[in-house]
Amino acid sequence: MDELLEILEELHPDVDFETEEHLIENMILDSFDIVTLIAEIGEVFGVTVTAQYITPQNFNSAKALWALIEKLEEEE
Amino acid sequence: MQNHILDYLNTIVETKADKVAYSDGTESLTFGQVYRQSRGIGTALFDRGLRKRPILVFMSKSPQEIAAFFGVVAGGCFYVPVDEEMPGGRIQLIMDNVRAPLMICDRTTIGKAKEFSLKGTEPVLYDELAKREPDDEALRRIYRSALDTDPVYLVFTSGSTGIPKGVAACHRSVIDYIEQLSEVMGFDENTVFGNQTPLYVDACLKEIYPTVKFGATTYLIPRKCFSLPAMLVEYLNRWKINTICWVVSALTMVSAFGTFESVKPKYLHTIAFGSEVFPIRQFRRWREALPEADFVNLYGPTEATGMCCYYRVDREFEEGETIPVGKPFPNREILLLTGDGREAADGEEGEICVRGSSLALGYYNDPERTAAAFVQNPLNTAYPERIYRTGDIGKRNERGELLFVSRKDSQIKHMGHRIELGEIEVNAAMVPDVHMAACIYDPDRAKILLFYTGELSEAELTGRLKERLPRYMLPNRTVRLAQMPLTPNGKTDRMALRGMGAQKNKRKD
Repeated sequence: MDELLEILEELHPDVDFETEEHLIENMILDSFDIVTLIAEIGEVFGVTVTAQYITPQNFNSAKALWALIEKLEEEE
Repeated sequence: MQNHILDYLNTIVETKADKVAYSDGTESLTFGQVYRQSRGIGTALFDRGLRKRPILVFMSKSPQEIAAFFGVVAGGCFYVPVDEEMPGGRIQLIMDNVRAPLMICDRTTIGKAKEFSLKGTEPVLYDELAKREPDDEALRRIYRSALDTDPVYLVFTSGSTGIPKGVAACHRSVIDYIEQLSEVMGFDENTVFGNQTPLYVDACLKEIYPTVKFGATTYLIPRKCFSLPAMLVEYLNRWKINTICWVVSALTMVSAFGTFESVKPKYLHTIAFGSEVFPIRQFRRWREALPEADFVNLYGPTEATGMCCYYRVDREFEEGETIPVGKPFPNREILLLTGDGREAADGEEGEICVRGSSLALGYYNDPERTAAAFVQNPLNTAYPERIYRTGDIGKRNERGELLFVSRKDSQIKHMGHRIELGEIEVNAAMVPDVHMAACIYDPDRAKILLFYTGELSEAELTGRLKERLPRYMLPNRTVRLAQMPLTPNGKTDRMALRGMGAQKNKRKD
């Protein structure tokens, strides 16, 4: 989780990712951020996030995103 | 002969008044409604005695925003779109340049509008203007007195001095572009556009005007969809969108994550793209998903009104190859000029210059920068003839197709937007407690890196930059340095910064 927060904070140093729960709805993460994020998640955690998982539910908060990474790690 | 862009709307409303012209999926306007509301706005401008003046349009992206554009033109003025997503600092710079008498707002933007330093600009609600009963006689007189050399709009593009430049384009340029583009692309009344680009850039001309020319329909796709590829394809299918003209990064967002394995666009037959190099691997995924569709690369600077050149993909490309820029649309010419002012030989590099009716009028309230970019054709010494120097370096391949090679200066293309790195540097340096700032671009990773020295933390500087720069211009990484590396003659050492940027990335791998 700390590694994920580090990636997110590097994208937007001014956002509090531990409390923000509407990253997609409030358009804090735009398409560029999503692309960067998925590439970095792939590098750091070795999981592949495909289109079916790129949903507001999975990307609206750091917590939800971490749950997705754990789920994908288990499957692989 | 058509001399006025409103002829499209005035004609189509006679046969297709009840068809939806523009929609965002929730709210829609028919051609009849666009016509009626725009004439209300035009009359309201007439009431105020405004003619040939810039009118700011500060609204959320919506069908009404487009009707406001037509309304401004119906009133004999020209529209200046700014955007609710633009940071306040940039809107203020634009306001200071154009000094518009009026700013058309909607209910979500009017509060913000009143916070600007207005200096004579009156914020007013769209609804108030649009409900005005049209004065047919007044509108007819305004229409008749218009010339095709009168401006239609001003759109702002990045400027290296930190001040954006307002490109003014006239009726003739817009008509010339729309006619040529429509013919080459084969648009017709059955075209259903899915718009991606913001309404404050000239890229949206591609959808707005052919829609009224043919009685087609444009969907303004919500920006959020472009972060969610599967949802985006479902949106296209839901509204039976068959034609898109998107920046490359929006297209690769879809193809890069295996979207086509779960959902494919069902109606899409024409895909135009531009503004950036299309990575061939991603391009192939699109072609495999839609083997029957037409793929067209478009190229052109705002200063030549929309797009100048096109290439319809007619062969396979190997990885590492570049899709050509192709050839100019009819009624414009590309000159490739060498440093010593002659035409480049086949295969030789030269600056891409444009001539023809599509050339914009120039930069608004900015004769100096206009004179530097719009110049006399050096190949013609017999009579005045303007060309526009794009600053892009190109060459022709053995097939005679134009290829984009590089830039002459530090302008970059990032997420489809044209950005002067100098503008980011100037804005960063203007933040109090920042001593020095320098920007580099890493094209392989598509990242803008900002290095600076000063007392501010990286998070603080990012926060301050958000007030001044549009989102697409914000550095993807901000790095605070104890000391800026300098070359022996005291200039910022960009090579050293590039090395540091590469180092930063390596640390993560």
